[in-house]
Amino acid sequence: MKLSFWQKNSEKIRNFVIILVLFLITSPILVGYVWLILRSFSEDLVNGFVPTKLTLKNWRFLWQEIKGYPNIWHTTLNTALLALGVMGVEVSITSLGGYALSRYDFPGRSSMMKFILALHAFPAISLMTAVFYLLWTLRLLDTLWGVILLKVSLEVPWGTWIMKGFYDGIPWELEWAGLVDGYSRFEVWRKILLPLVKPGIAVTAIFAFLSGWSEFVFVNTFIFSQNLWTLSKYVKGFIGDYRFADYGLVTAVGLFYMIPTIIFFFFVSKHMIKLTIGGVKG
Amino acid sequence: MKRLKPLLLLSPLLVLVVIFFVIPVVLTIVIAFTDMDYSFVWNFVGFQNFKDISTDFIIPRVIANTFIYTFGTLGLFNLGTALLISLLTTSISDRWGNFFRTLWMLPRLTPSVVYGLLWLWMFDPTEYGLVNFLRGFFGLPPQDWLHSAPMWMVIFANGFIGASMGMLVFTAAIKSIPEDYYRAACIDGASWFMVVRRITLPLIKWHLLFVTAYQTLSLLASFEYILIITDGGPVYRTEVWALYTYHNAFSHFRFGYGAALSVILVIIGVVSALVYMKFFGFESLMEKPKVEVE
Repeated sequence: MKLSFWQKNSEKIRNFVIILVLFLITSPILVGYVWLILRSFSEDLVNGFVPTKLTLKNWRFLWQEIKGYPNIWHTTLNTALLALGVMGVEVSITSLGGYALSRYDFPGRSSMMKFILALHAFPAISLMTAVFYLLWTLRLLDTLWGVILLKVSLEVPWGTWIMKGFYDGIPWELEWAGLVDGYSRFEVWRKILLPLVKPGIAVTAIFAFLSGWSEFVFVNTFIFSQNLWTLSKYVKGFIGDYRFADYGLVTAVGLFYMIPTIIFFFFVSKHMIKLTIGGVKG
Repeated sequence: MKRLKPLLLLSPLLVLVVIFFVIPVVLTIVIAFTDMDYSFVWNFVGFQNFKDISTDFIIPRVIANTFIYTFGTLGLFNLGTALLISLLTTSISDRWGNFFRTLWMLPRLTPSVVYGLLWLWMFDPTEYGLVNFLRGFFGLPPQDWLHSAPMWMVIFANGFIGASMGMLVFTAAIKSIPEDYYRAACIDGASWFMVVRRITLPLIKWHLLFVTAYQTLSLLASFEYILIITDGGPVYRTEVWALYTYHNAFSHFRFGYGAALSVILVIIGVVSALVYMKFFGFESLMEKPKVEVE
């Protein structure tokens, strides 16, 4: 029996067509990020993507202050404080809460878990008017702590749920063994369980850090003082002021802001699909 | 003591949730009946705000926008593109499949203002923008997309982020379908489309439903990228309900009116949350702890 060229290579052709289609629908993402990188390091781009001359001039905001904008390093420090704050508080709360939900039976447990899950489906962003009033009352308006606590409280319900999943995966036998050996329940948690849920803590920490680092709406609404600005507000201002005048400068500052995302992306992109499967919203 | 301990461990969570969820819900409802502005004076005006909403001439426009934005993004991207990517990436080797799925995660991780910048560049009104640059190839003049197609800018920008959630859920679902089904279909000579239509889609029906329900609510309440890209403009053409709420409160400082608009979103949120609970069987997720030690 003679097979035609198409029959012989049908599998290969099919795969090729599928990959081509995927490249096409993914192209806006690819093109966008490639442009961001090329544009920030070049004098100008001709024919869309060919850099005329490589330069670091666009990165001048790193060593000289731009009129009307706060110092970039001070702004970066604020952003880092916000991100680390969100991360620290969120990890502490979720690793305690997840443990309680996974290992203790208490009245109201089931309804509490439903409540936590329901919160996740709730459009918290529609409460901003009331939150503004609340932050003002609590003297947390125009402070980084205000934004940190607000952000954490929106994320902990889901984070606790994820941590519960990690605790659930640890066999009870290990705890019993610990208790038999004379550990208290607290020591069991600290010495046996906590090291075992490290992967869960890492996931929570990374996503909490990135979400704090990227935060825009709350910073934009609840922070007024320039010395408390974070990079999101800085970059947003830049886009407004320099987009038509100097794309090079805008892309450079945007790329600078993206550095943690890029690092994270390169190191864990292989495992990311697994990491994010439960923890996405939006 | 035994009963108190888990509550003690959960107390930081509960305190924050009460302060930033429960109290704001109550406050939103109360503020909705006042004409509060940035001076924070409580002046109750009854149902005045709700009467104003019913006669606000911008509201019909806002409702239409919200509808187009929510269901346009949902259909084209959060479901359509998400399904397409997960079907295509599961039909090729895992190495390529993961490559594309990872790329689609990138927008979600990018800080929103930087991601917004990318779309502002693509739809830039000058010849420096990507779309206009491509038009230039065909000898067409640059076009001001903000004025000719603002809603498309908004739908595209949100869609390329929104697609990743459906993609992850569908991919996991497709991968859990037993291989035998596909082999059987293959022996029967079914084409790729036939397999998708007769095997894959019916088996992931439940996931499709879940993503639809979940993402509808997320889109209804989301406005961050619209705020960054078009700020609701030009002249309210991309102003959606959530953004209108935000603008009333924080641009015009009409907290009372903003809260009244929020109440409507809050009601939709609560009802949807209850519906989720009913339909998606979360009871099964809630196994009791096996043995109580201590």
